[in-house]
Amino acid sequence: MTMHLSRRAGLFSASLALALTAAAAPQTFDFKDPKGVNNAVFELDAPLESINGTANGVSGEIRFDPANPVALQGRIVVESASLHVPNPMMKDHLHGKDWLDVAKHPTITFEAGKLTNVRTQGDETTAEVTGKFTLKGVTRELTVPVRFTYLKDKLGARSNGRMQGDLLVVRSKFTLKRSDFGLNPGAPTDKVANEIALTLSLAGAAPRS
Amino acid sequence: MKRWLQLLAAVLALGTLTLWLATGAHRGWTRTSVAVEKTDEITGLTYREYESRFVPGVDVLGAGLLGALVLATAGALVRGRSRPPARTPA
Repeated sequence: MTMHLSRRAGLFSASLALALTAAAAPQTFDFKDPKGVNNAVFELDAPLESINGTANGVSGEIRFDPANPVALQGRIVVESASLHVPNPMMKDHLHGKDWLDVAKHPTITFEAGKLTNVRTQGDETTAEVTGKFTLKGVTRELTVPVRFTYLKDKLGARSNGRMQGDLLVVRSKFTLKRSDFGLNPGAPTDKVANEIALTLSLAGAAPRS
Repeated sequence: MKRWLQLLAAVLALGTLTLWLATGAHRGWTRTSVAVEKTDEITGLTYREYESRFVPGVDVLGAGLLGALVLATAGALVRGRSRPPARTPA
């Protein structure tokens, strides 16, 4: 009887330890989004109307541990050719050599380095993320404010029950200078603003097998 | 010929203006797609979907009105049908 109880207790503690380890382990969230929701909105002032468009060719992976968000690692990639503006001539210019040169530089990437000013409240974590931002072949270190929302067990609802797992929502708003990345340096700033406002809205999935 | 050019100028000017006004009098550049804002229910993220739609901007309006002006000017320069000289009674 005693032996039976101790074996049960052993099994219980082993499964508890396993569950705790699983809960505390960092998860890898994949940001490739077949639903086409993940997007980066960009806006820069210009005469007549601002240049305002979206890029939705988002992919990449983030390793995130809700219990230890400071340890975050990862990389977000945006396909340059996925940048869209409603005016076709403007879109051709944006994809062309003076601006993004998408044929030569097909991706825009941000690789997270370290997190500072990390604050977690419930499922939400805010932080300043410093990382390497590469655009048109130019890499610069940037620090951007990011809000992470950890949605436990929400992957099932998003995939109509086909997969189970967690979601990580990433939101960020920051500004770049086009002169820092050689984006049409010939265009005077009184015609096209130097500042590009970027808004990232991304969701990554970590399926459970 | 003069009358035809003037008529064509008026039709072009009126047609361009009507099209521009009817499609929302967009005061920016011409668009061939229009963004529709949507929200993902699970994540709360907002995103855009683009619908193919032609929205003429001030460039189309300007080109139409300029074309009409060119036609009207050409019409003004073309001589009207010359009248036969009045016969003087013998």
